[in-house]
Amino acid sequence: MKILVPVKRVLDYNVKARVKADGSGIDLTNVKMSMNPFDEIALEEAIRIKEKGNAEEIIAVSIGVQQNQETLRTALAMGADRAILVVATDDVHNDIEPLTVANILAAIALKENPSLILCGKQAIDNDFNATAQMLSAKLKWSQATFASEIDIQKDIVRVTREVDGGLQTIDAKIPAVVSVDLRLNEPRYASLPNIMKAKRKPLEEISPADLGVEITQRLKVIKTEEPGSREAGLILENIDQLVEKIQENVGG
Amino acid sequence: MKILVLAEINDGELAEDQTSKTISAAAKLGKVDVLCASNQCTDASAKLAKMENVENVLVLEDVLFAQSLAESYSETLIDTISSYSHVFAPSSSFGKNVLPRIGGMLDVMVISDVSKVISEDTFERPVYAGNAMQTVQSIDKVKLISVRTSNYDTVPLTGAANVKKIDFESNNSLTTFIENKMQTSDRPELTSAKVVVSGGRGVGSKENFEIIEGLADKLGAAVGASRAAVDSGFAPNDWQVGQTGKVVAPDLYVAVGISGAIQHLAGMKDSKVIVAINKDEEAPIFQVADFGLVDDLFKAVPEIEKKV
Repeated sequence: MKILVPVKRVLDYNVKARVKADGSGIDLTNVKMSMNPFDEIALEEAIRIKEKGNAEEIIAVSIGVQQNQETLRTALAMGADRAILVVATDDVHNDIEPLTVANILAAIALKENPSLILCGKQAIDNDFNATAQMLSAKLKWSQATFASEIDIQKDIVRVTREVDGGLQTIDAKIPAVVSVDLRLNEPRYASLPNIMKAKRKPLEEISPADLGVEITQRLKVIKTEEPGSREAGLILENIDQLVEKIQENVGG
Repeated sequence: MKILVLAEINDGELAEDQTSKTISAAAKLGKVDVLCASNQCTDASAKLAKMENVENVLVLEDVLFAQSLAESYSETLIDTISSYSHVFAPSSSFGKNVLPRIGGMLDVMVISDVSKVISEDTFERPVYAGNAMQTVQSIDKVKLISVRTSNYDTVPLTGAANVKKIDFESNNSLTTFIENKMQTSDRPELTSAKVVVSGGRGVGSKENFEIIEGLADKLGAAVGASRAAVDSGFAPNDWQVGQTGKVVAPDLYVAVGISGAIQHLAGMKDSKVIVAINKDEEAPIFQVADFGLVDDLFKAVPEIEKKV
């Protein structure tokens, strides 16, 4: 079977987000960008499924600016077989909403016919946690979110989900859209030979118009501000003082 | 404007705190109807009917809804849901699972994790792990809003809403429920606890986490963990506090062996009082803590447990 993995290029996990002075968003000029960590986990899982002999091909897709091809080269170096870049904007500050992303991915899925689409549960920039769910609705496919364990069986994929209060296991009919959570696996690093090899793997570039998808924006950003900050408080001398502070504030 | 709140009900049991706080957020815009869909609705609908600002409780009872699977919920209820202009759900694993699927079906965006309802089309929500607050205006015909419940109080139980049964045709041929493995605990629930004691990477191991649990039990607190601690296998994922875990705002938050990465702060910085214990005086957690103690947690925490 074929697995599709969407990967988003986001501000690197370790870089502090800075609000632009004009309040229009986060400053993304000249900062380190990387693959969304949850998408890395999704890709790693796809590679493991292929290594077990349960998949033949992994296609990585990225939607955004031209520079997203760097993210796709990383995906190819990790183990994706080919990549599709959907150039949807020329400004990195223009975040494509999950609904449009879902429309683009649905169009690609109808062309490519994957059996499984593995997504990160959320992008660490806009924090929407929505693309996988919207995509499965668009395709009318089964949905399994927040996966911590994925077991491919004949016609179904058995997914253990991280839910409030514990774990839930469901069987989702294939084709399925699965979003992955933190504990599913630990993504590998691409080796140097694989990075070299990735340069020769196919990377196709298309536009949303090629797929017949229009880029829309349903949520207009009015302003982006720094959050209210807390002041650093007192450093206490000893445990007894701390015990006193805890007692003052328990049930208070 | 017609407002609907999706009550979170797990196997017949109403998630009272989360649902009540969601009603509280939705009621900023007016009176609300509440959708009560589960395998057993008698208790849940009675509780919901008492919540202030609820006008109608719409009851849909079917075994299909027991686990609130996304397909059962959205495919079956889409007609009822789409007759509203605003649909609110808690930003819990229930709301996050179901609401965007409804968005995909209706071709509308979801406005996730809303921290403030500003007007009928304008909402504030955190982005970048709470490093920025964004105000967005929706042009969609139906507004789908998941609520960051820690920002709202519960509503008083002074109401007397109508309880109505709704006709529906159940539908889910896509997913099948197999089993739940829930953490059973006598401790209060993490997102609604008055006191939370959390451990981080500094705790060092799953066994050592008992120190955190010991102090939590002495204080009648819920136990939390940083992503680093969950990642290292010291604590289960449903204890995770932060950007990709739960958001809490207790009266007292005790952070033990937690350095204070921005992703963790995103989940707890609205706590009323923050106490931090860390042996590294440079740890960023001290920048947000009201009271800090620079000490070895293995020495300090057992002693605190004895003395409180």
